[in-house]
This record gives sequence, C-alpha cells and structure tokens, in this order.
Amino acid sequence: MKQTPLAPAETQVTNLINEFAPRRSFLARFQRWEWMLVGLIVLVVLLNTQLSPYFLDALNLSRTSSDFMEMGLMMLPMVFIIITGNIDLSVASNLGMCASLMGWLFMQGVNIWVAAFAALLLGTLAGFFNGLLAARMKLPALVVTLGTYAFYRGVAYVLLGDQAARDYPEAFTYLGQGRLPGTLIPFSVALFIVLAAAFGLVLHRTTFGRYLYGIGNNENACIYSGVPVSRIKLIIFTLSGFMAALAGLILAARFGSTRPDIGNGLELSVITAAVLGGVDINGGVGSMVGACLSLLLIGLMRFGMGLLNIQGQVQGVVIGLLLILSILLPNGLVQLSGVKRLDRRSILAVLVVVILFALFFGFFFWSRAPVLIGG
Amino acid sequence: MTEPRRPKLAGFLWAVVRLREAGIGLFIIILVGLVTLRVPAFLSPDNLLDILLNISILAIVALAQTMVIITHGIDLSVSSMIGLAAMMVAFVVKQNPEMPALLALLLGMMLGAALGAFNGLIITYGKVPPLIATLGTLSIYRGLVFFYSGGTWINSFELPKSFKLLSKGTPLLLPNMVLLALLAALIVYYFLNHTRAGRDIYAVGSNPEAAQMSGIPKQRVLFLVYLLSGVACGLAAVLWASRFESAQTNTALGFELQTVAASVVGGVSISGGVGTVPGVILGALLLGIIQNALTIVRISPFWQLAAQGLLILIAVIVDHLVQQRAQREVQS
Repeated sequence: MKQTPLAPAETQVTNLINEFAPRRSFLARFQRWEWMLVGLIVLVVLLNTQLSPYFLDALNLSRTSSDFMEMGLMMLPMVFIIITGNIDLSVASNLGMCASLMGWLFMQGVNIWVAAFAALLLGTLAGFFNGLLAARMKLPALVVTLGTYAFYRGVAYVLLGDQAARDYPEAFTYLGQGRLPGTLIPFSVALFIVLAAAFGLVLHRTTFGRYLYGIGNNENACIYSGVPVSRIKLIIFTLSGFMAALAGLILAARFGSTRPDIGNGLELSVITAAVLGGVDINGGVGSMVGACLSLLLIGLMRFGMGLLNIQGQVQGVVIGLLLILSILLPNGLVQLSGVKRLDRRSILAVLVVVILFALFFGFFFWSRAPVLIGG
Repeated sequence: MTEPRRPKLAGFLWAVVRLREAGIGLFIIILVGLVTLRVPAFLSPDNLLDILLNISILAIVALAQTMVIITHGIDLSVSSMIGLAAMMVAFVVKQNPEMPALLALLLGMMLGAALGAFNGLIITYGKVPPLIATLGTLSIYRGLVFFYSGGTWINSFELPKSFKLLSKGTPLLLPNMVLLALLAALIVYYFLNHTRAGRDIYAVGSNPEAAQMSGIPKQRVLFLVYLLSGVACGLAAVLWASRFESAQTNTALGFELQTVAASVVGGVSISGGVGTVPGVILGALLLGIIQNALTIVRISPFWQLAAQGLLILIAVIVDHLVQQRAQREVQS
C-alpha cells in the first residue's frame, strides 16, 4: 500500500499500522465489513417486505427471533475462540449432552432446576476438558474438539437412547417460549442482548479482550510478553462450554422436550455466523458488532426464505454461498486490482474449472428435467 | 548420546508405540483378541468380510482426506459431495436402467471431480481458508441434493440389478468394493511415495514457505488434493448407492467426521506434513472393528459415537505424549 503524502495524521497512522500488520488487506477490509453487513440487512429487509406481506409482522418477527438465540449464545464465546486462532467444533454436541443430562435427570424425578444446574455444571466441565487438552497439553483445538464433538454427542445418546424427555414444567419452558411481561420481546432474546453486550465489552474494552487479539496475531510474542496464554485459552473454552449448556437449556425449553440429537449440526451455523461477521478464521481479527449483525442477517434471510416456502436445506445453499463470497469477493478484488498479475496458466486453470462446473450444472439440470416434469 | 536405560518390556513397547502403524496394529490385535474371547464368531469369515465391506468406502474417502490434511487443509464437504453425486448417479441410473455399471462409476467420479475442482478453485485462487470454503460447500452441496431430488428418495426397486451388484459382486474372490478400496490404497501409496507430485504434497504441508521457495507450485498441489478428494467422493458415492441400494437426501450425513477420525487415528497430523497410507488404512480398520465389536458384544448401538470420540481423543493424547518423549530423547 503506497502512502499518500497529504493524508491526515490518523490515516497515516492507520497506513503505518497496515504497513506492518501481517494481513493489512484484512484489516482495511473489516473496518468496513460491519457497514457491508448493515447494507445487506437493509437490502434483505426491503426485498423480503416486497416478497411477502407477512415479513414485517411484529408477532412473526418476535417468534422467529427466538429460533436463532441458541446459535447466538454459542456464537459469543466462539468469537473469542476464533479470534485467538482456535476453534470449538464441540459446542452443539455439548449442548446436546447437557440438554440430555437435564432431560434424563428430570425423567428420574429430579427437580427441573436442580437438573438444569447439573447440566450447566456438566457443560462447564466439558468446556474445561476441551481447554485442558487444547491449552494445557497444546493439542490442536480442531482435533480435540472434533473428538469431543463425537464423544459428547455420544454421551447424549447413551443418556437418552431412543427416548425423549418431555413434560417440562411451565416455569422452565418460559426460558425458551416466554416473553418479557407486557412486551413482544422473547426472554431468550433479552438474555442474548444482555450477554452480547457483556461479551462485547469484555472483547473491546478490557485487557482480557486485547490479549485475545494478541494471541490470535502472534501467540509466541504474547507468551514472551508475559501474557498468561494458556490460562486465557482455558478460560474461553470453559466459557464456551458453559454457554453451550445454557443454549441447551433454552433450546430444550423452547422445544418443550429433549431428544439426544437436539441441536445436531448447529456448530457449523455458529461458526458460519461468526465468520460471516468478519471474524478471521486465522485469528486476530473480528468484532462482536459484526458477529451480531451477521446473526441478524442470517436470521432475517432464513425467516424470509421460510416465508417463501424454501426448504431449510436449500436455504443452506444461500447461506453457504454468502459465507464463501464474503471472503472470496474481497480476495478476488485484491487480486484483480493488479497487486498480482494473473499468468496465463492460472487463467487457463480458472477456465477449465468454469467449464467443468458449467458442464456439471448443465448435466445437473438436464438430468433433473424428468423430476420437474413430474416423472 | 546415551540410550536411556529402561526395562526390556517397556523398551519393546516404546519401540512399538513409536512406530505409529505398529502401535495401532498392536491395539487392533489386543482388541480382536478380547472380542474373540467373548464372542468366538467375531473371527468367522463372514464377519470379517462384513467389516471389510463396511470400511471400504470409509477407507477410500479417508485416503483422500489424508492427502488434504497433509497439506495442512481439511475437506469438510466430503459427506455432501458423496450425497450429491450419489443422488445424481442413482437418478441417472434409474432413468437409464440399461446403462453399464462401469459407466455409472465413471460418471460418479466425474461429478465428484467437478465438485472437488470447485473447492480447489475457491481455496487456491480465491484464497478462502479450507475450513471455511468446505464448510460453505458442505451446506451448498447438501442443499443441492434437496434441490435436485425435490426431497424424494431413490429406492432399491428403482435401481437395476447390475448397478446393485457393482459393489457387492465377487468375480475375484473378494467383493468389488473391497478390491477397489485396496486398489485405491495401492495407487495412493505409490502416488504419495514414488511420484514427484506426491512428494510435493508432503513438502507443501510441512513447510509451505520453503516449498514455494524451492519452486514447488503450491497452488497447483493444493488444487490437486481437493480435486482428488472430489474424485474419491464420487467413487465412494457410486459404491454407497450401490451397496445400500438407495440414494437418500441424507446419504453420508456426518461422514466427514469419520474420515477425519480415520486419518487422525491413523497418525495423520492435523498441522500438516505427516501421514502414511498404511496408518490411515489401519485407522479405518480400527474404526470398523470397534463398530462391529460393539454390535457383536451386544453393547447398545448408542455407545458407538461415544466410543469413536473417545478413540480420537486417546489417539491424539497418546500421539502427543509419544512426541514429547521422543523430543526429550533427541534433546538428551
């Protein structure tokens, strides 16, 4: 990046920082990323109001907003974890294990609140275990949490098998289904907003938060500067476990029942939300505002597509494309802007893939024609 | 350097554990011994064949996953690629029952190649991190399965016999599927150890900068592994549809975990640069044996997932301890 001589002091400093930052294009890009998200949200709202008269219905929005709160609750600590350059794939399984433990205890006749407390404890312990392996033993978080992803979900199946726990008392289902008295705001949304604010403050206004960025940018430098890296990692993984358990309670309360496959696959949605919000998977970059905006965007898009009768799985195509494009487009622009000249070979490669893909989709639609006609 | 003194048995065990393949091999032998003591039928030819059939598909995809992981990447989209290719192939076969089964196999591999090439393109030229790219295509490809089939399934009676026999036929002593897996293992073994492109994969994984400096076309190597992963998934997809005689919208859902598990248990390092074909095959075998053993010892099937997870955790922890000790030995 060339430094312009007439830039104001602030920009000069930013340029200087960018000059030395390892991923300057990322830094520059994500300063604007939140605004991109705001723009997309406005676009989605406008589009959806045009497409469906039921979109801007307060009751509808209130109902649908609670659908995304479990995801949101797990996303908050996930932002911390990804900013340090780690990942936690086990959150949804942990959620399932905790909800199942609560359901199992409840079926044994234990008081629901005692069971819920036990679930929170188990989730925190499970997160602590992840942290022990990832931080203290310095194993790659991806593998550790992949292992516990299977293990925790397995425990959920061991606990409940093919049973489902149900008939939770109304005082408990309030957590997932109830609204704040006198308003349309669901309890879970209020809880999320409070927690999101707390997590945001910790990330952006405390030393702890700065350490997270530091670890993500250069872990070794942090260790040598006396940052308690392994303790911080232990804390955020434990926090992630606690939040997963909390999300489990709320999801179980919302469904009014627990099956061992509860929340299956949610970890990918959680990571998608964080990354779409501008949190760099390589660590060191990201903001809580961006993550929350992306959660809102995903929620509005899914709600809108749902109103248009688009299947949940097909909605995944749009969300997946958005996830890839959110990283691909800025990267592609950097490449095309002449930073690196494309040689003939890479153009050829791109062409081959494009042709291959065109053939694929040609075949895709051609062979599918009988389905469309109704054969 | 003085060799640290150690009792003989411990020394022997240390040597075995240190060689990853030997360690898993020993574990498998102990496990098989224990299960056979409990249920002698475990070692019957029928049951052994059953285990081989069950791990063939896993082995094929795990081999490809291994190549991806060696480059310090990961391919989470394998399950969706299998699901999509299986659905498309089954659909075409249903429409053209007289189509030769081998052509179906080829078609599946080509479809897989297109899907894998797309992954490769956005990872290499788009510079999207592999985890994100394949996380995205995981949901994109799965969504396309629903879009393609309109939510319907292809059932056994809709598929011709020749197609069903493709995986299970036994013209050469063993079922085709097992032979194909063996063939794939041999090809990948030769490719990784005796060809330039194969060695490049290790080079890119163990030190990307050094690899680039020494003129290894890093981007092309990365593109190749994701392409190969797609091809393997296409092959696996046809075998899957043929073995289970159906194509469903949730075919292979969650399978990506098992492929990564087989690789990691087989000693492939998630940080790249390390992994062998025999190790991965043994890893897949161990997963298959545990699954089979749990059923045969009549432990509730609900324990399976927990056992799998525990196995991954044990594998990485043991690996870590062994590495630590090896490092200490080098230092002393």
